[in-house]
Amino acid sequence: MSVSIFTGVLEQGLLWGIMVLAVYLTFRILDFPDLTVDGSFTLGAAVAAHMIIIGNDPWLGTMLALVCGACAGLVTGLLHTQLRITPLLAGILTMIALYSINLRVMGKPMISLLRMDTIYTDIISWGVTKQLSVVILGAVAVILVVLFLYRFLETEMGLALRATGDNEQMIRSLGVNTNTMKVIGLALSNALIAFSGALVAQKQGFADIGMGIGMIIVGLASVIIGEVLIGHMTLLRALVAVVIGSVIYRLVIAMVLQLGLAPTDLKLFTAVLVALALASPVLKAYLKNGRARGKGEKHAGC
Amino acid sequence: MRNMLAVESIGKTFNPGGVNERVAIQEISLQMEPGEVVTIIGGNGAGKSTLLNAIAGVIDIDRGRIILDNQEIHCQPEHVRAGYAGRVFQDPMMGTAASMTIEENLSMALRRGQRRRLCRGVTRNDRQLFQERLELLDLGLENRLPSKVGLLSGGQRQALTLLMATIAAPRLLLLDEHTAALDPKTAAKVLELTRTIVEENKLTTMMVTHNMEQALSFGTRTLMLHEGRVLIDISGSQRENTRVSDLLAMFEQASGKALENDRMLLAT
Ligand SMILES: Nc1ncnc2c1ncn2[C@@H]1O[C@H](COP(=O)(O)OP(=O)(O)OP(=O)(O)O)[C@@H](O)[C@H]1O
Ligand SMILES: [Mg+2]
Repeated sequence: MSVSIFTGVLEQGLLWGIMVLAVYLTFRILDFPDLTVDGSFTLGAAVAAHMIIIGNDPWLGTMLALVCGACAGLVTGLLHTQLRITPLLAGILTMIALYSINLRVMGKPMISLLRMDTIYTDIISWGVTKQLSVVILGAVAVILVVLFLYRFLETEMGLALRATGDNEQMIRSLGVNTNTMKVIGLALSNALIAFSGALVAQKQGFADIGMGIGMIIVGLASVIIGEVLIGHMTLLRALVAVVIGSVIYRLVIAMVLQLGLAPTDLKLFTAVLVALALASPVLKAYLKNGRARGKGEKHAGC
Repeated sequence: MRNMLAVESIGKTFNPGGVNERVAIQEISLQMEPGEVVTIIGGNGAGKSTLLNAIAGVIDIDRGRIILDNQEIHCQPEHVRAGYAGRVFQDPMMGTAASMTIEENLSMALRRGQRRRLCRGVTRNDRQLFQERLELLDLGLENRLPSKVGLLSGGQRQALTLLMATIAAPRLLLLDEHTAALDPKTAAKVLELTRTIVEENKLTTMMVTHNMEQALSFGTRTLMLHEGRVLIDISGSQRENTRVSDLLAMFEQASGKALENDRMLLAT
């Protein structure tokens, strides 16, 4: 495999890694399966791209993307906590609504950023290649996000947020409004997802209405890979594991593409990968039990 | 003396009008003085847990008032009331966050009822306080502050929950059969701890138990609930002269039938 493929893997692993960290925050820490992701990722890309083509500073566009993502998370949070809609449905509702909103933001299904200044332009002007500029910015962004999340999750509020995902009744009995914690967690997560979308759009040179499709599965696959390979004994380790999981996921994808998998089959491949990973406890029991096939933990006579 | 807690003719029916309608609390009134320690007994479904849950705000009452320290609390949401009332549940798994460390759990408990700020959750001062308090438990936990709570035994977790419920000096301590899920030796130890902590901090306490002897020996007053009412309410010298057999007789006389509760009979 060539060097440029490796750089490509690193680029993608880092930029999408921020989205994966956000998915880790909702799915694992908050125990809230948030499907807003697919919509808020595109939202970030759409807002940043639109801001850039109407002549704004790309950094301003990127920051605005972050704010818009937070609003999307806020909506999902309020749908769940105030209107008592289940987490899955609340996320899907926001995601679907965002499809229309994203089209409105972009005005058309795709915005090209060709020859426009992006946040990478500043770095390229130091005399590095485009690819290297993405890796540098991506690495800095990922490190900042990891450190921020690590510090935040150790604050009083961060502890309360983690406890909300671990044992909601317990932390409520200690006087914490768990609804507030969920809304904060969702807003933060979707802000990061939109940020990731903004970085990705500027890297690839366009924002596309469909670019968020399947993001949640990419996120989950990366989280699972990180957890299995690196583990999650401590908070910092878990966060770093998530980023490494994201890079390894991209490496796996690059390899299967090299082996001849059609790019259009990638989503199928990823879905199967995640399904297998999620089913691994059942599959292990199935293999171990031999004759009493697939009974898992059920009673022997069943 | 003014009351710490006043429960005024509260009532609670679950699923009213439905096929599963259950009157959990017919009518209960009760006053508690500051520092009073009340034990509560009663058969299955007598309404003991419902009474505690109503006070803590886990469930809403249908009628009546609950006043804590001269403040009406029955309309406040659970997380606000949690600022005044510490709770320990029957299930040792319920009172702690397993994926978080001992010091993180204690720190969250120390900030009971306060706004959660964006500053460090566990400070050096906190650690020192936690170490001192954990030493009193005598379970060796003082050296394991950074360990995850999920690694502890049920008894250790329940002792920790008890410490968490009391570390921020709540105005009310609610214990719902908090030793029932532990083996007898551990249960005795946790009960002793409860006694020490309650006495040292002069906590106004309600403790549900199914052990009648324990109910008579712990605290200063004993209530027996039956079908959502207070059937027996004894304290002082009357309580001192009451034996378990007297309690059973009083129950029979007041309710017109023998107490049919295996758990309670076995426990005596
Ligand atoms: N959430 C609920 N929904 C419907 N019915 C309930 C609910 N909680 C309690 N009940 C009913 O209310 C009645 C009182 O229950 P409660 O849990 O207060 O009893 P208890 O005295 O704590 O009994 P135990 O000794 O079994 O814990 C019971 O008949 C119970 O079935
Ligand atoms: Mg009960």
